[in-house]
Amino acid sequence: MGLASRIIPCLDIDGGRVVKGVKFVEIRDAGDPVEIARRYDRAGADEITFLDITASHEERDTLVHMVEAVASEVFIPLTVGGGIRSVADVRRMLNAGADKVAINTAAIRDPELVREAAERFGSQCIVVAVDAKRSGGTDTEPRWEVFTHGGRRPTGIDAVAWAEQMAAAGAGELLVTSMDRDGTRIGFDNALNRAISARAGVPLIASGGVGNLQHLVDGVLEGHADAVLAASIFHFGEYSIAEAKAYMAAAGIEVRE
Amino acid sequence: MRIAVIDYGMGNLRSVARALEHVGARDVIVTDDPAIIGGAERVVFPGQGAVRDCMSALHRHELIDVIARVIADRPFLGICMGMQALMTRSEENEGIEALGHFAGTVRHFRALTGADPRLKIPQMGWNRVQQCTAHPLWSGIAQGERFYFVHSYYVAADDPAIVQGESEYGGPFAAAIGAGNVFATQFHPEKSQRPGLRLLENFLAWDGEPCS
Repeated sequence: MGLASRIIPCLDIDGGRVVKGVKFVEIRDAGDPVEIARRYDRAGADEITFLDITASHEERDTLVHMVEAVASEVFIPLTVGGGIRSVADVRRMLNAGADKVAINTAAIRDPELVREAAERFGSQCIVVAVDAKRSGGTDTEPRWEVFTHGGRRPTGIDAVAWAEQMAAAGAGELLVTSMDRDGTRIGFDNALNRAISARAGVPLIASGGVGNLQHLVDGVLEGHADAVLAASIFHFGEYSIAEAKAYMAAAGIEVRE
Repeated sequence: MRIAVIDYGMGNLRSVARALEHVGARDVIVTDDPAIIGGAERVVFPGQGAVRDCMSALHRHELIDVIARVIADRPFLGICMGMQALMTRSEENEGIEALGHFAGTVRHFRALTGADPRLKIPQMGWNRVQQCTAHPLWSGIAQGERFYFVHSYYVAADDPAIVQGESEYGGPFAAAIGAGNVFATQFHPEKSQRPGLRLLENFLAWDGEPCS
């Protein structure tokens, strides 16, 4: 098998700027998305994901310009998520230069949006983001529920069934974030990812909980993730992408050098 | 030197244009105008999605004739769907006739991956490409270099001699095909960082002969 497991740094964007800062050596402007994306590209990131956390709808134009600027200089796949509500939003992001668009809350509100967008633009560019939290079940057969609004609002929907339904509707990839693990640095919820991976059949990006490089390895080997997404361990210079890849390769995982 | 990127409403074409400009192309035009495509010195035929949608978009934009004309006599680069559409037919939707420039069939990956649940479809990510020939478009690119792929179907060429590069996903499949002045890649050079940009740079310098 020749396909490499992917490492994807995730950047939070507000008003067209990277928030929380990214600490690269000698970076001129810690909030400049173009410079940060260029650095990650050079450092060996396999893709870059931008998560827009801008509250106001008016600032969406700023995001479009940001995507255009990044896509003019960085030639690896770019995913944009956050606040995508309609087929028109998807089109705007793709036209700006995004390769994939992640749909989250809007898919819950209107599952047909995923089918429409996939039919219109192809499954390859439609990512459905699933935010899941453990809810009941047993240790051997756990259950997870889909949450929206950053993990604050429960939906009553079973996360594994939902992921399968979204893949069937045309999602070409799933970005699965464990809301239990997000920010904890204790590792991905590998049982969740494994359950979704077995049912959905499309590539899965594991997200939420990375604190060290072993967690990335576990995400692939135990969680059956095709890609691992992380923010803080890379942004604050704890580990470089190259260190992460070397660690994964030593564990027998195929990576892009 | 004008390069036309054929626009028929399928996918992110501006990335292709930007990448060509990044490697030095000065006059890149993204267009669905047959006259402009016919007048260009080099043509890039990108695209994403399904062969059925691609073929109906080509008919709708009245691009079939001009593609047949330019593919006959000038450097021509197909990318992803732009490679699959060059084949005789696709198995999707119980059979779709494609452009038929190359003899062969576009098949669903399940035919290669079998029931292996670890091989997800679409194949998405960076896979190694073994160059089968010393084609000028491989110039300066290492054997086994990784390129970015995203696709659910693959090309099974009738004539193995047109396969320029091969990758593995459950089994070997054509990562690049070509003959004469035509080259086509299943991967996205415009998203494949340095090796991808190098391939595009090679395309700009290519005289349209299969071997230099």
